[in-house]
Amino acid sequence: MDNYAYRKFKNRLFFLLSLICIIIAIIPLLSILIEVIVRGASQINLEFLFSVNGIGPAIQGTLILIGLTSLIGIPIGIMSGIYLSEYGNNRYASWMRTFNDLLTEFPSIVIGITVSVVIVIGMVGSFSAIAGAVALSFMFIPIVARTTEESLKLVPNSVREASMALGVYRWKTILRVVLPAGKSGLITGALLAVARIAGETAPLIMTVLGSRYFFQGFAEPMASLPIMIWRSALQPSAAVQAQGWGAALVLILIVLSLNIGVRLVSRGRIHN
Amino acid sequence: MKIPIWPRKSTDKAEEQTVEEAVLTSEKMQSINLNAWFSDKHVLKNITLPVKANSVTAIIGPSGCGKSTLIRCFNRMHELVPNSKMSGKVLLDGKNIYASDVDPVLIRRRVGMVFQKPNPFPTMSIYNNVAAGLKLTGAKKGRNLDEVVERSLKQATLWDEVKGDLKKSGTSISGGQQQRLCIARAISLKPEVILMDEPCSALDPIATAKIEELIVSLKRDYTVVIVTHNMQQAARVSDFTAFLYLGELMEYDGTDSIFEDPKNELTEKYITGKFG
Repeated sequence: MDNYAYRKFKNRLFFLLSLICIIIAIIPLLSILIEVIVRGASQINLEFLFSVNGIGPAIQGTLILIGLTSLIGIPIGIMSGIYLSEYGNNRYASWMRTFNDLLTEFPSIVIGITVSVVIVIGMVGSFSAIAGAVALSFMFIPIVARTTEESLKLVPNSVREASMALGVYRWKTILRVVLPAGKSGLITGALLAVARIAGETAPLIMTVLGSRYFFQGFAEPMASLPIMIWRSALQPSAAVQAQGWGAALVLILIVLSLNIGVRLVSRGRIHN
Repeated sequence: MKIPIWPRKSTDKAEEQTVEEAVLTSEKMQSINLNAWFSDKHVLKNITLPVKANSVTAIIGPSGCGKSTLIRCFNRMHELVPNSKMSGKVLLDGKNIYASDVDPVLIRRRVGMVFQKPNPFPTMSIYNNVAAGLKLTGAKKGRNLDEVVERSLKQATLWDEVKGDLKKSGTSISGGQQQRLCIARAISLKPEVILMDEPCSALDPIATAKIEELIVSLKRDYTVVIVTHNMQQAARVSDFTAFLYLGELMEYDGTDSIFEDPKNELTEKYITGKFG
């Protein structure tokens, strides 16, 4: 083989290798999706979705968890992001930024145990919806803080200067000029964070425990989709396992639609 | 207009005023031994420059000579840049705006600014861009916003072009119109001084001519300081001209004297295009 042919071969080999790897990466994802759709779709009907015998309580619980977590996490996360972006030009902020990044990748099981000890045992005295929301907030806040920081940094400095030069105080410049300019980035960040926590299981097992009934109160155990899937998978009964597949399909659809929502919002940002 | 601010302790130091300053206080603004730094870079060296009321003062000089930094010291925008420093005084109606009892935010309401690149608020309509000054500074009480917006846009000679599209986004109009919108936004607060940092450098000749006309008309009600790269522009619009070179004030005089009879050799070389 002469030198030219060898070089051409190497070129093609490199392309083939990368193609093979992406296929290897996608196969599991596709096979999971297909498996879940095939096994789960047959389960889905109105009764399954909304009754106490189906996954009604689990869907309700997951939605309540998302709502509570957002309620705790969005204000704290956005304010943290504002600090990092607008006031974060110092050494302390760069430390906080590093910690925040660490927290984003923190093992969720450890967060679950911590919240379990502090809130479930220490404060409420029972597995509870509120403890679950607190645990999920620990994962939610760093994501929102990070995305808020990133999207506010994209707002051109000239816009801040325009406001400051009018004699507008800094806090008002941030709230009325900078935040609206970075709005779609903030929404994207919040949606991404919701998608991230919607499927979390480990911290929930130790905090909300799970339940067979609809919502009983914030200080009571509560059902949720990930826990329902986990428990169904451990049951010997084929009927219960089938319910688990149905729940898995619903959860995937929720996360998927959130991701598509993110794409639509951020596409809007590019157009503007 | 009463704006509640956090009460600040006035120090004795701020009240001190030397004889020299007292003499100079007849000017609208006056910098005294003004020095400015970015980190360790000394960009302004002992600038003492008067700005006369109801006139246009042009600041000319080659790139990087500190023109923009100088006018950013006149409304305390310089200090917003990280690692920036300054020393010396800037008097506004005889009072040092860097005295410790002065709130920079309130100074910026009296000394407005127009930037090099038009920077309307991207999320606001044309109307709200002009009204933003009043809305965000809490000065809208007892004032008719519609009236202020119309007056400011008329003064900025933009009213006839946008009066039907006030709800449109502030960034939807042309660059020249955006710059006049920014001027309207600056004058909506009725500042005493308007600082302009190369306001035409991003614009085409027709838009430039419109803005130059506007600058000349503004001096009836305001004091204008304009930084420009363009010497013809300085000659056309200004009454006084300051020539800055490497952070030092080389010459300051009436515009006619500077262009017809420069005292400084460097000034002559610069205005005749031998360097810069």
